[in-house]
Amino acid sequence: MSAVDNNAGIALATRGLSRSFGSLVVARDIELNLPVGARYALIGPNGAGKTTLINLMTGMLPPNQGQIILGGEDITALSPQARVKRGLARTFQINSLFAHLNPLEAVTLAVCERRGISSRFWQNVAVNKDAIEEAYEILAKLKLGDVAYQTTRELPYGRQRLLEIALALATKPKVLLLDEPAAGVPQEESGDIFEVVAGLSNDLTLLFIEHDMHVVFRFATHIIVLVGGAVFTEGSPAEISADPGVREVYLGKRHHG
Amino acid sequence: MLPPIFGVLFDGIAYGMLLFVLSVGLSVTLGLMNFVNLAHCAFAMLGGYVTVTLVNIFGWPFLATLPVAFVAAAVTSVVLERLLYRRLYRASDLDQVLLTIGLAFISVSVAAYIFGTIQQPIATPAALRGSFDFFGIGLGKYRLFLIGIALLVTLAMVIGLEYTRFGAQVRASVDNQRMARGLGIDVDWTFASTFALGSGLAGLGGALAIEIVGLDPNFSFTYLVYVLIVVSVGGLGSIAGSFAAAMLIGVSDIAGKYYVPELGAFLIYLVMVVVLMWKPAGLFGKR
Amino acid sequence: MANPTPLTPQGYLLARTRWHPLEILFWLATLLPFLVFPNYLSLASQIAITALFALSLDIILGYAGVVSLGHAAFFGIGAYSAAIFSKHVWGEPFSGLLVAAALAGLFGYATSFIISRFRHLPLIMITLGLGLLAHEVANSAHWLTGGSDGFQGVSTEPIFGLFRFDLYGKTAYAYSLAALFIVFLCARRLINSPFGLALRGIRENWNRMPAIGADSRAHIRKAYTIAAVIAGICGALLTQTTNSASLESISFQRSADVLVMLVLGGAGRLYGGLIGAAIFMIARDQFSGIAPQYWYFWIGILLVTVVMLLPNGILGGLSKLLGRWSRK
Ligand SMILES: Nc1ncnc2c1ncn2[C@@H]1O[C@H](COP(=O)(O)OP(=O)(O)OP(=O)(O)O)[C@@H](O)[C@H]1O
Ligand SMILES: [Mg+2]
Repeated sequence: MSAVDNNAGIALATRGLSRSFGSLVVARDIELNLPVGARYALIGPNGAGKTTLINLMTGMLPPNQGQIILGGEDITALSPQARVKRGLARTFQINSLFAHLNPLEAVTLAVCERRGISSRFWQNVAVNKDAIEEAYEILAKLKLGDVAYQTTRELPYGRQRLLEIALALATKPKVLLLDEPAAGVPQEESGDIFEVVAGLSNDLTLLFIEHDMHVVFRFATHIIVLVGGAVFTEGSPAEISADPGVREVYLGKRHHG
Repeated sequence: MLPPIFGVLFDGIAYGMLLFVLSVGLSVTLGLMNFVNLAHCAFAMLGGYVTVTLVNIFGWPFLATLPVAFVAAAVTSVVLERLLYRRLYRASDLDQVLLTIGLAFISVSVAAYIFGTIQQPIATPAALRGSFDFFGIGLGKYRLFLIGIALLVTLAMVIGLEYTRFGAQVRASVDNQRMARGLGIDVDWTFASTFALGSGLAGLGGALAIEIVGLDPNFSFTYLVYVLIVVSVGGLGSIAGSFAAAMLIGVSDIAGKYYVPELGAFLIYLVMVVVLMWKPAGLFGKR
Repeated sequence: MANPTPLTPQGYLLARTRWHPLEILFWLATLLPFLVFPNYLSLASQIAITALFALSLDIILGYAGVVSLGHAAFFGIGAYSAAIFSKHVWGEPFSGLLVAAALAGLFGYATSFIISRFRHLPLIMITLGLGLLAHEVANSAHWLTGGSDGFQGVSTEPIFGLFRFDLYGKTAYAYSLAALFIVFLCARRLINSPFGLALRGIRENWNRMPAIGADSRAHIRKAYTIAAVIAGICGALLTQTTNSASLESISFQRSADVLVMLVLGGAGRLYGGLIGAAIFMIARDQFSGIAPQYWYFWIGILLVTVVMLLPNGILGGLSKLLGRWSRK
């Protein structure tokens, strides 16, 4: 365990997080510590409960037990949007975008929400120069500048995946949880997406889910293996790749996943 | 001598049974297909007019027309399902509402064109007229018959859904459509036949309703409100829920009209709003 | 790519909110009845009121995607408030309008806490239920509303003490049109505001909104209240321009009609409700000879056609056609 022990360096932590659907336990007593600036990967076979864990941490699914601690503050009782306001953002495994808005509008919306000006119904959105420029900068950073005015629905799939990340970044997160950012993207393009992810600010704490082990070993500094809703093991890429148990569980289950 | 409250209760239960037969089909199709079908009572009305025509013009006995009412509504509905509904399964609630309100409007006009706007008279068999005296309370024979039919329908639905292969397919499709498809269940066919069955039951309900509430072209809308209340209070896709809700609404409505007539339909709307605020998915709803 | 000229992002958004020449033409055309159809000014006034009502539904349904089958409740509250106010307080129209707007807004605000908790079928049922409840209340409060006999004794004083509501509807149309235009300007600003953007976000993807830190329910409460205020103004306008108020103003029929108009014109477009209302009202006036049940036959056919063939209403279809045409 390379995790930092003093609480001060921990950006996001979970304590005894548990959740089940009926008799199916999808999160079993999960203890995580993400140090500030971490680049952690969360891996595990299909149905291991990875997405569920993100849902629990971001408040989209209430836990049966346990706490979630963001920067030392217990956020377990907060609504999803309140967690976002405190700096915890996520992306979705399956695109969850605003089909008929264009990327500029969508990201501007997210920026306006963060700046607390989204309930102003009396002013033209276009007068908020700073917000709009901030939105455009985020898009440009994610190589979406050239499609900023195109309807989201008509964007190529890979671009839509990037927009997923752009929307999350617009909330200026301290901790960002990426649920298979390259899901469904052809292998040769998925590298591009992870280059973007790797280029994010070092202050940002990152946890990403990914199935492609090459990508995981390349970008993660620490890997958490989730099996059947419980943390199976965790460690550095070297430790994990050497672990025979991981190979067996992870690869063995994937065949009929 | 029993106090009049028992008479009110009896009428309320009979009325509730009628509402149950009218609405249970909608509850199942809504739960199964997530389709907001505001034309459900148009199928009920069709059943009603089929019965009226057969009895009054062709001189059929009332009871013999009931299966025909069922079949007519079922067949019409399945034709519409294939032509129109099917294309909107994935559309928004709003589109479904609009399409089916449109169909309901059309049904009202067509009925008015063919049959006029008057209330249709119906001759029920002599055996179903009059009432038994039960400790001073008059129990209408027709209402008893209605309760009997409704109980039979309930029994048939419960058995059909719980113990037959078709029922298993329906339940699997309600629970998880994708999984059901994966298991090789023909979900489309299951949808169409469930829809036909549900509408057929509505047609039967429409035929049975004439004696109790009358039949005119506005039936499509007047009873739509009741049916929707029953379905949403009971919870989508739940037979037990529809049954309980139909009883609750039937008894509240009759009791309300008997004891506080000046409130009109106020009471049932209130019941609905309160139940939904307490349990948005209905009394027996899963979600 | 629609726009090859390099625009700043701000410039792009600004350009999207600029007035289109067609819009100016549209508003000039609303003045035509004064000159060309002086016999139809009463109808024109009714159209203006109904158009405003459709616009109010558009804010919640077209933009925020919140389906309501009971919007007439607020129209009715506005209509009866204005009637009662004119009978028991005074007949000055502007104050009546304000009182009606405030009361409708108050009810809207109160019910918005219920509405914002629901979606899909329960929402449809709750709005239907609340609408029917409002109708039943108005029906049974005979002492206040006159019940099914209609409200007796509305008296509206001349506007500014100068322009009385004449038989031909000249004042009525001018008054309704002015109200429509002013509220339209506000609605247009609202739609182009950050709040309007948030509403569209809610319509496009309810699930994503919390993940970008948005409190959708708070947004919906606000939008619903604003829509109720506008609907209340419409009701008051109808009361004042016709000097009467009746149960019809709070009926399910009105809720259904306005929905039909909005969808016919094109929901989620500022002019959708206005165009839809104009077409609907003019058609109904032209076919007033036929019995209402046959009128609804055509409405039914129209609804089925719009849903199956013109999913974005007339305006949606037109803009698609124009888009195809200009690309050639
Ligand atoms: N709302 C729900 N109700 C019931 N079961 C659920 C629900 N959500 C998830 N599950 C179940 O929980 C388990 C974990 O799902 P989850 O989506 O978290 O897996 P995952 O690790 O993200 O898998 P994948 O790699 O396929 O994305 C699965 O068996 C899934 O069927
Ligand atoms: Mg997942």
